[in-house]
Amino acid sequence: MESQSNEKFDAIIVGGGLAGLAAAYTMASTGLEVLVLERGDYCGSKNVTGGRLYLNPIRELFPDLWKKAPLERYIAHEEVCIMGKERSLTIRYDGSELNQEPYQSYSILRGKFDKWLAKQAERKGAILVTKSRVDDLIIENGKVMGVMAGGDELRANVVIACDGVLSFVAQRAGLRKPAQPKNFAVGFKEIIELDRGVLENRFNLEGDEGAARLFMGDASAGKFGGGFLYTNKESISLGIVVGIDALTEETPEIKAPELLDKFKQRPEILKLIKGGETVEYSAHVIPEGGLKAMGKLYGDGILVAGDAAGFSMNIGVTVRGMEYAMASGYYAAQAVIEAKKQNDFTQTGLATYETLLKNSFVMQDFNSFKESLEVLEYPRLFQHYPELAGNIMKDLYEVPAGPKAKLFPTIKKYMSMREMWSMVQLGRRMMKI
Amino acid sequence: MSEVMGLKAKLGLDVFKEDNEFHIKIKEGQAKDVRLKKAILVCPAGLYSETENGEVVISVDGCLECGTCLLACGTELLEWQYPSGGSGVQFRFG
Repeated sequence: MESQSNEKFDAIIVGGGLAGLAAAYTMASTGLEVLVLERGDYCGSKNVTGGRLYLNPIRELFPDLWKKAPLERYIAHEEVCIMGKERSLTIRYDGSELNQEPYQSYSILRGKFDKWLAKQAERKGAILVTKSRVDDLIIENGKVMGVMAGGDELRANVVIACDGVLSFVAQRAGLRKPAQPKNFAVGFKEIIELDRGVLENRFNLEGDEGAARLFMGDASAGKFGGGFLYTNKESISLGIVVGIDALTEETPEIKAPELLDKFKQRPEILKLIKGGETVEYSAHVIPEGGLKAMGKLYGDGILVAGDAAGFSMNIGVTVRGMEYAMASGYYAAQAVIEAKKQNDFTQTGLATYETLLKNSFVMQDFNSFKESLEVLEYPRLFQHYPELAGNIMKDLYEVPAGPKAKLFPTIKKYMSMREMWSMVQLGRRMMKI
Repeated sequence: MSEVMGLKAKLGLDVFKEDNEFHIKIKEGQAKDVRLKKAILVCPAGLYSETENGEVVISVDGCLECGTCLLACGTELLEWQYPSGGSGVQFRFG
């Protein structure tokens, strides 16, 4: 890369993922001079999702984007599977709203989606430099003035840290809280290619319909986390998300990659991936600490967005991050646009970012669900209840050689005073989310 | 053993571009720290292992750059940075 030391950008964005590209697209649309630095060969090359993108909260922020976006399938069928060791109970949800335009959510692949989004940002005038790792920030008199990348000194009015969950940039700027493993989970998945017709038959899909399935309990060997499956156009995303502390502190001791291998051996899963060919294996860390784990979102000459800011959330039924990434990128861009009008890029001038986030679904969600991690990190939820649910179903459905027991006593025998009391306690926990 | 082979084969499906230095290093004198054993459990690519004399070693080839080991073990034990621009894993699907 040639040295551009004479040029000063309105904004330098570190990281061409969803937050960074959303910010670049928004700022470039209003004519700002924007530089995006991406360390991968292309945008998306270092990114991983489970994954699905919920469009409703961000549709209006990027009204022109969705028609041509490379989305995989709209999710028309939702399933939760509670897995015991030898049995499982599945709840399937089909709703007419899931099958009506505009569709609520889509499965996506980041290698395709981010690459495409980068092109849209470039079309608006953003400059994208790939294969460029940011090594340091330029900080003068306590204010961020630019970045060092590959020996080049690059200057801007504002740096936006969109460098992902580990955010060395936010850390360098002193905005980050020390990372604690309990606030992070690791996800790893395989992309398994299947013939389109076979896939649609297997999952009962018509046209561009897609399915999303979550698995809790034995899927993650009873550890805090679970399995997931999303159908793409011609492949399946199949993986595991598990708390980092759950891997090191909880029994049984099992290596992360073996969790996925075991999950794939489950009869419920084997049938779904039969004949498929794994074409990629990927992993990514997810910030799950929520509001309590968040650091500062801005400082003099710097804003933090996306995973770098900790904008990702697990509330059990949904695990979301990408909408928060795109929205925070959008609001960071708005804050820079506003700061430029006032020609004030200090903390005070950039404070609009916080106001915009607070008035949006982003911080409202993080406030609503600030107890989520503590509520869900409850071993009984992943060990005891999945077994219990399976055992009750087994007894209900069983027709033995002799006479069948009456239904009520069949269930009642599992409902000791102790069990009922623990369920009340679980209910109380759940009331916090 | 077959599981390890399975993992190697899986990683063989990914596109990796060589870096001119190791982007993760175990800090000097820390290889026998018991806390480092967490890395063996958490690494999705199975890059960490324990030698016969109780040292934890890492082979960075096949690193998926997720950062799980850094979060589990901390900067006291690991020297961790992303591979230089344009090297390391390049996901095609992600």
